This record gives sequence, structure tokens and C-alpha cells, in this order.
Amino acid sequence: MSRLNVVLALMLVVCALAVIQSQHRARSYFVELERLKKEARVLDEQWGQLQLEQGTWANPARVDTLARTRLGLVPPPPERIHLETGTPAKPVSAP
Amino acid sequence: MNYHSRKLLKLNLAPWRMATVGSLLLVGLGVVAARAFYLQGLNTAYLQGKGDAVSNRNLTLPAHRGQITDRNGQLLAISTPVESLWGRPDELSLSAEQHAQLARVLGVKPQALAKTLARKTRGEFSVRRPVTPEQAARITAMGAPGLHLRREFRRYYPAGEVAAHVVGFTNIDDLGQEGVERAYQDWLAGREGKRQILRDRRGNTIRDLAPIKTAQMGGNLTLALDLNIQYLAHRELAAAIAKNKAKGGSVVVLDAKTGEILALANQPIFNPNNRRNYKPGPMRNRAVIDTFEPGSTVKPFVAAAVLERGLYKSGSVIDTPETWRVGAKLVRDLHPHPQMTVSEIIQKSSNVGAVKLAMSLTPQQYWDVLHRSGFGELPGSGFPGETAGRLRNADTWKPVEHATMAYGYGLSVSLLQLTRAYMAFANDGEVMPLSFLKREPQEIMGERVFSPGVAREVRAMMETVTQEGGTGMRTRVPGYRVAGKTGTAHKLVDGRYAPDRYLSSFVGMAPASNPRLIIGVVIDEPSGGVYYGGSVAGPVFAQVMAASLRQLALPPDAPESATHITQHPLRTAGDA
Repeated sequence: MSRLNVVLALMLVVCALAVIQSQHRARSYFVELERLKKEARVLDEQWGQLQLEQGTWANPARVDTLARTRLGLVPPPPERIHLETGTPAKPVSAP
Repeated sequence: MNYHSRKLLKLNLAPWRMATVGSLLLVGLGVVAARAFYLQGLNTAYLQGKGDAVSNRNLTLPAHRGQITDRNGQLLAISTPVESLWGRPDELSLSAEQHAQLARVLGVKPQALAKTLARKTRGEFSVRRPVTPEQAARITAMGAPGLHLRREFRRYYPAGEVAAHVVGFTNIDDLGQEGVERAYQDWLAGREGKRQILRDRRGNTIRDLAPIKTAQMGGNLTLALDLNIQYLAHRELAAAIAKNKAKGGSVVVLDAKTGEILALANQPIFNPNNRRNYKPGPMRNRAVIDTFEPGSTVKPFVAAAVLERGLYKSGSVIDTPETWRVGAKLVRDLHPHPQMTVSEIIQKSSNVGAVKLAMSLTPQQYWDVLHRSGFGELPGSGFPGETAGRLRNADTWKPVEHATMAYGYGLSVSLLQLTRAYMAFANDGEVMPLSFLKREPQEIMGERVFSPGVAREVRAMMETVTQEGGTGMRTRVPGYRVAGKTGTAHKLVDGRYAPDRYLSSFVGMAPASNPRLIIGVVIDEPSGGVYYGGSVAGPVFAQVMAASLRQLALPPDAPESATHITQHPLRTAGDA
């Protein structure tokens, strides 16, 4: 009987250690998860800011001014426009 | 053993000692109670704040407002986090040096800052919303007690004033105030989430104490707007306003097939990114909210009404004397021709002719056509504050009013409403519901206003307007057939028609063989000498239409006027 008690006591100790171990692991995973969530949020905010920046650079008013002043572009006069009639080549469909 | 007999162990207390100890204990209790009361009752806010700062266990999960983009994904509005500076009055104690430094960082005078900080409010107050990232870093470095930074979302509008009237704006608390921001407030707004957590000594989150209430991010919106066309409309309108020294104006560009609003520009404008200097005038979306008397742009509806009832054909000849009397009213033509066909009445915008056509209908019949076309009805775009204009019931019309209504006086519309009504001519009699949001073609059901035959006939009449002898020759677009109608109306000022103040308008469509775009233009009080709709609003139409057709890569339907044409298929190009 007392042998059985010793075995059970040992098992109890092992189980207790396992609980501690898994609790610890759960916590560290949780911390990791929180960290990654935070990172995702930061990246999301960065993405927003980059979009905003891109939108500001691509503002038609700005592009218009730059195209006219820096690149010297002008709308083509009608006599310089060639119109191609007829069907364009069909795109090759994938086999 | 008898303890009682021992002298040493005998309890021999004087009553004063009992009293002393008892009262000392009572005093101790009183001190503890007083302290507890002080902490719990009088100083809670401070301590609560401190406690939260150490292990803030109730977190609010931020949720940002959804984005607004145009139909091609170009950004029109986005929320992005910024820092703002807040103060707690009961903790605030700045040294003179810190005070001066803070004033320098914020770029204000020290006296002005002192005034801001001296505010006596319970709880917190904002010192500056928002601060720039550099300012935020310097304020954090100062470490002044009672000042702290808080993250907030701020709305930015990268397209600025170009799309300002459609997109609208939010106030400092992120509530939509105007435009789409207001119309779709519920959809765009995010809902903050909450979670309760346990933290360890190092500030790591260990576990959740209660189920997480997840934050709901605001929904994104894709507008029907095409930012490129919108910019063109904005640019051309601004140029025309400056050239004609006008008070204001609007342009609406509709997709004739789907009813989508591709562009909507107004003048004057405002910058939605600048929250200061807000004046209500420039913020008003005139094209949707303001009404005007349409003038001659209503004549195509008269023509449609008589064609529909078979009273006239487009080639029927009508006597059109220079003046024509209806009751006490003398209707006059500025460019009289003794006889005109129905088509020429539209082409030359004859008032006498239009009145004679309209008088061949009963008021009820004419009212019915106008009503079906959407006059006096909300255009249904969902825009906040959109107006229905005014169209009185036919049984209240006097004969004079019946006559003036044939050339567009006595009723009023918004530009959006008028442009929508023209969709009936552009789309073979069917009007599609308006939409500020992009939509899939299959999900729309049109409303039939005219039969396809009538719509096409009126469209053919309107095409002559832009041809030789028409009032809209300056609305031509090289390479495309254009149909439209000019309008020049005297403005109603204090209940009287002002002889020298006009509203010049033009509504037209292209390519006329199968219209894809409808553009409405109205210019308010041009005072640069010319005021005819064809000369003031017409060129704006032509510029915006030409650029938009190019933008959408629509094939020209009047190639002879255009350009050099290469008449061979692309594939056999090598054979030549």
C-alpha cells in the first residue's frame, strides 16, 4: 500500500511540474501573440501613412503641374492624333 | 501550586492605564479611518489615474474610421493616428523653465500657454490637438508632470479641395459633418473594443480577465467618383469662373449607362484638411443643394412631350413670329426666324416656338412629363441636404406660367437633378438611379421615362444644337458627336428677374451615337461680358467631355472631323 502511495505522490509531483511548465509556455505564447498583434497594428498604421503619402504625391493637381512645367508635356493637337481602326489582335488564351 | 498566592503575578492595574491604552487605540483607529476616507473619498481621481498608469487593466481597443477611395482605388480620405497633448489640472506643475520650453515647442507665446494651462476643469483637458511627431518626441523628453500624450485618429484628405464637396469632412471628434462622410457615418465609423487584462511587473500582458470585446474597424467605401475626371472638372470649372468673373458654378459628370456620379465639382471651394477658417458658403455642395431656374435647358422636355403624344413630328414646321402674346406676357425671341421646325426650335432655342409647343399640351400633360423626368422630386442620390427643387401642381398653373415654364421659368431644379433628367435622352428613355458609390452594372434597374424612339429623336435634335447654326457651337468635341442644350436664365433677385444677372448653363452628352457620359455645367453670374450658356458653360463642357472621353478611351463616333485615320487592321500592319 505504501508503495502505491509513493508512486502516486511521484506522479502528482510530475503532474504539478507539467502544469507549471504548460502554464509558463501558455504565458510566453500569449506574450508573443500580444507582441505580434501590436506589430500588426503598427504595420497597419504605417501602411495607412504610406497610402496617404502616395495619395499626396499622386494628387492630380500636382501631377498636372509637374507634367506641364518640369516635363513640358502638352495635350496633343487633333492633327497629331492618329486613329487606328480595325480589331486589335486577340489576346492568346491559355491552353 | 497556588499562583494567586504569589505577589509577583497578581494583576494590579490602575484604572487610568486602562483608559490611556483604550483611548490610544481609539485615536489609532480614527487616524486609519481618516486616512482611508482621504484616499477613498477625496483623492480618488488622482490615485485611480496613478493605479491605471501602473497596470492599466482595462484597455480600450482603438478602431479607426474606414477609408474612402475613388473608383480606381485612389485615396480620398484616410484616418491615421496622431498624438495630441492633454493636461490634468490637479497634477500640473511646470517650472518656469519647462513652461518656456513647452511654449517654444508648441510655437505659442508663454502668456497664451499660461492661459491655456490655467483652465479649471474637472478631469482632463486638451492642450493641443494634434501635435506633430517631432513635438511629441520633445514633449515626452521634457517629462513634465500632468502633461501626457494621447493617440488619436485624424482624418486626412489627400485629394484636398478637388473632391471636397463630395467627400465632405469630419469634425474633431471624427463625426461626419458633410458629404459622403456624413451620409455614410454609420458605415464608416469604427466601434472601439474593450478588454480586461492582467499584467506582470514588466508590463507584459499575461492573460485576459474577461472575454474580449473586439474593436470593429470602420467599413471602407469606394465611390463612383473618378479622381482624374473629377480633377479635370475642377480645373476647367475654376478656369471658367476666373475667366468669366463669375460668382460660382458647378459641374456634374454622370455615367449615362449606370447613373454613377463620376465627378461633381463646385466653385468656390474649401480645403477639408484645414479645420480652421471654416465658412459655410464655400462648403455648400451647390450642385446638389442649390436650385436655379433651368431656362432653356428645359426645352427638350417640351419637345419630348409633344413628340410622345404625336402632336408634332421633329420636322413639323411652326410659325414663330418675333413676339407672341400669352395673357399679359409678351414672349420674345432674340434671333427670330419666321418659321421653324420642332428640331430648329431646339437648335436655335426659340422661346416663341417652345411656348407654342407647350401650349398645345394641357398643363397636366406637360406637368406629367416634367414630373416623370424627376422635376420636383428628390433625385435620390442619398447626399445630405439634397433638394427636390420646385414644380407646382398643374391645377395651380395660370396660362402665363404654363407658357414661361416652356422656357424654364417658374420651376427650379438642382444641377444634379437636371443632369439626371437628361439621362432619359442619353439612355434611350431610361433613367438609372443616381449613385455616389461605385456599383456593379448588373444590380441596377432603370426607370422608363420616354420610349426609345422619342428619346432618340430628341437626342438627334439636341445634336443639331452643337452644329452649324445652333446655340452650342462652342461645345464641340473633336472626333465625337455631341448632343446638348444651352440655357441662359435671368436670376431671380428679391422676387424680380434681374436684367443683368444670369445663370449660364449647358447640359450635354457624348458620344451622341450611344451616349456614355452626361455633363451638366452651370455658371453663376458671369460678368466678363458674355453670358450665353453656349459661350460660358459650353467651353467647360467641351473641355471636360474631351478629356473624360479620352480618359475612358471611348472610340470616336465622328472620326471625319478628327484626325488622320489609319484604315487598316492592326494585324496586317506589316503588309502595307
